[in-house]
Amino acid sequence: MKIMFRRKYITGLLIALTAFACKKDNYDEPKTTFKGSITYQGEAINVASLAVYFELWEPGWGKSGAIAVQIQQDGSFSSLLFNGNYKLIIPAGQGPFRSVTNNATNNDTIPLNLTGSTTMNIEVMPYYMIRNQQIAKSGTTAAASFKLEQIITGANGRSIENVYLYLNQTTIVDQSNYKVRTALAGSSITDLNNVAMSVDIPASMSSVGTTGAQNYAYARIGVKIAGVEDLLYSTVVKIDL
Amino acid sequence: MKKYLLIISAALVFVLGCKKDADFLQTDPSNILTDETVWKSESLVLSVLADLYNRYVDQQTITNWVEYTNFDEAFPSQASEYWRVQQIDYPYDWWNLWDYGQMRDLNLFIQKCTAATALSEEARTRFLGEARFLRAALYFEEVKRMGGVPLITEPMTYDFSGDPTYLQHARAKESEIYDFVIAEMDTIKTMLPDDPATQSRATKGVALAMQARAALYAASIARYGAGTPSVATAGGEVGIPADKAEGYYQKALTAAQEIINGGKYSLYQKKAEDLQDNFAATFYDKSNNPEVIFAQDFKLKSGKVQGWTIANQPWSSAEEQQGGRVNPSLNLAEQFEKLDNTYAPFATNSGSDYIYYEHPGDIFAGRDARLGGTIMLPGSKFKGKDLDIWAGIMYWNNGAYSIISGDTYGEIGNIPGGPTGVQIVGTDGPIDGKEYSAQTGFLVRKFMDPTIGSGQLGTQSEVWWVRYRYAEVLLNAAEAAFELNQPAVAAGYMNTVRSRAGLTTPLTAADITFDRIVHERKVELAFEGHELFDNKRWRLAHKVWNGESISASEVISNIGKADKINTQIYGLWPYKIYNPGSANDGKYVFKVVKSANVTAAHRFNLGNYYSSISADILSNNPKLVKNPNQ
Repeated sequence: MKIMFRRKYITGLLIALTAFACKKDNYDEPKTTFKGSITYQGEAINVASLAVYFELWEPGWGKSGAIAVQIQQDGSFSSLLFNGNYKLIIPAGQGPFRSVTNNATNNDTIPLNLTGSTTMNIEVMPYYMIRNQQIAKSGTTAAASFKLEQIITGANGRSIENVYLYLNQTTIVDQSNYKVRTALAGSSITDLNNVAMSVDIPASMSSVGTTGAQNYAYARIGVKIAGVEDLLYSTVVKIDL
Repeated sequence: MKKYLLIISAALVFVLGCKKDADFLQTDPSNILTDETVWKSESLVLSVLADLYNRYVDQQTITNWVEYTNFDEAFPSQASEYWRVQQIDYPYDWWNLWDYGQMRDLNLFIQKCTAATALSEEARTRFLGEARFLRAALYFEEVKRMGGVPLITEPMTYDFSGDPTYLQHARAKESEIYDFVIAEMDTIKTMLPDDPATQSRATKGVALAMQARAALYAASIARYGAGTPSVATAGGEVGIPADKAEGYYQKALTAAQEIINGGKYSLYQKKAEDLQDNFAATFYDKSNNPEVIFAQDFKLKSGKVQGWTIANQPWSSAEEQQGGRVNPSLNLAEQFEKLDNTYAPFATNSGSDYIYYEHPGDIFAGRDARLGGTIMLPGSKFKGKDLDIWAGIMYWNNGAYSIISGDTYGEIGNIPGGPTGVQIVGTDGPIDGKEYSAQTGFLVRKFMDPTIGSGQLGTQSEVWWVRYRYAEVLLNAAEAAFELNQPAVAAGYMNTVRSRAGLTTPLTAADITFDRIVHERKVELAFEGHELFDNKRWRLAHKVWNGESISASEVISNIGKADKINTQIYGLWPYKIYNPGSANDGKYVFKVVKSANVTAAHRFNLGNYYSSISADILSNNPKLVKNPNQ
């Protein structure tokens, strides 16, 4: 009886301690969502996953350090932040595009005043855009046809080094994540308005794989632009095998 | 009587009890030495210097085995390190170094030593030379990793005025740091002893060797940096103009030739009867080793010992329940040439059938002796014991081979339809995913200590870490000569190094290409800390580690090409044949395999060429510019 009482007593004490011991943290967590896409004339620019990011700087604090925001493979981004005045910078060399001069700052810094959840697209100048893309299964191959529109011409224009067609079994498809691919050298493309290429679907693709008998695959076009590190991609297309 | 005693005691208390007020709390500390004491005694100054030597920075070194497994030379056979072959991108802050604390200590030493008139002139000059050597070595390490850094040669002191701006210095140009290192070596080479027997302290030899290496680095960045124009900053903190290449190459060649023509150093050739052993002994033989110019020394029973042998000992002769961590890759092993100077993958198949070898070591016969000197191969020995590296048994089953293998070192099992209770996998592995087994089929041999006890935690090893050796000087000279359009001179130096490895057919001037230069350094200097920095200065890193997966057939092609893609580590596994009645019974076959843990292909981005400066440092000093492409 005595023991029972003690146990109850201790249990009660523990519950009380758990309930009253901790206070809430001093700060609220960030609640303001900042999201959007990297776009050219409103159209999202597709990149490799985890390859491209931009930086948010919030001046006025003792030490300055950037918040890096990763861009997803479909060109979108999303970040939870505190309200405040930020400066948005796409670091030089990020992405298959160039920054656009901002009207307010007269350079590539974009002022960003967050007072609540915001959706904003960031306009950039891509070197190329992939247009009219069509990828479909044709026999034992996946065939793609598309148009490459050169956006930046003149002194800053770049040539195309290679065009790739990738196949993967998951929705993440890029130069590091693929099962098979074919390459087409930029020099052998005669008509940018009409590019066609295909990749053989390996027999193992539908039988092994991580999910067992998987009867579909994901395809994507990647464009390597000379002197630009990050590739430009098309949207990911699911094809049934 | 008592009264007298009392009076005398009281008198004594008055006389002895009180000190002068000024001395009352003045006691010399018993646990630290003051500047005043130190700078009077040569042995105390040497102790201070020993600490500075001890803080010499290396990237890959035998006391940090895991750094060898980040690229393509070796697989990390320890479960907690598999992530290194599973991450694609190298973080931008890897290899960063911003050690101005150490730089200040070096500058303080130089300042105080210059003023230490109590020391003999001879000792003071040598100490000063050594400290300036170490300071240049640190700047060299900084520039290799970060590009140009602020060049501070005086100790700085804060005046507590609340305004630290006078302590903030901008980054020097990359070329200015290299110029500083090169110029310092010209000055201090006359201050240091010219004694090849001094190998753990700075000498004229190592000053020249560092000068040659630094000039070569600067030269190749100038020349090959032209291929990566985006790896540069407007202020020259990163990137060296291409027109400076010629001058740097000339400087490198002159410095290297001063060592070569000085005749004080030579290649290690004490064990000429077995060239593989000879090459291995080059690194562990510390008595009268004519090749080692500068090394970090260790000593048994002194507290300063190293555990490279513990980390990497083969399970079959292990003295602790661990070892086998650094597993050299097939990618590296196949780079070692055949004795007729040609490249070839290891012959595993003939048509559709395997090639059957009597002994597991036979497949490696007729190759560069450095293969067996750098890597422990199946069929070789360590500490007099045979290695036991084979992945399983292939038995004949209904017209095809089936494989049986085990999950632990040297597992005993049954062969279906054959004998029971037999060993079905080697004691040293390879077992895929089993840590401490030779998961690529290879173990590292370089720097491994054959002394009994070297694999025990309580004893460890006193084999030294060689930072500069004569063979590298020869290869530096060869590279500089080649880039200066003197291929015949280059061939001469290359052949000296190669003939020690048993490659006696000399290369001609026409054979010397950029690929040859790159290849020779890869095989001669593997596991000596050159891999990353060589690939960086040639601007090959983003090509060889480009993030693209490689297939088994791609691994064994393009051997000897400088820009061969090397993003994933492969292994070569021997299997024993069980097929009674057949001529092949008991023989060995080989398979090219990729460990299941190798899931990612390494990608070296342009932003990795110069490591990022941390946000903390950048915001402390607004004069600093960031490194490019990050």
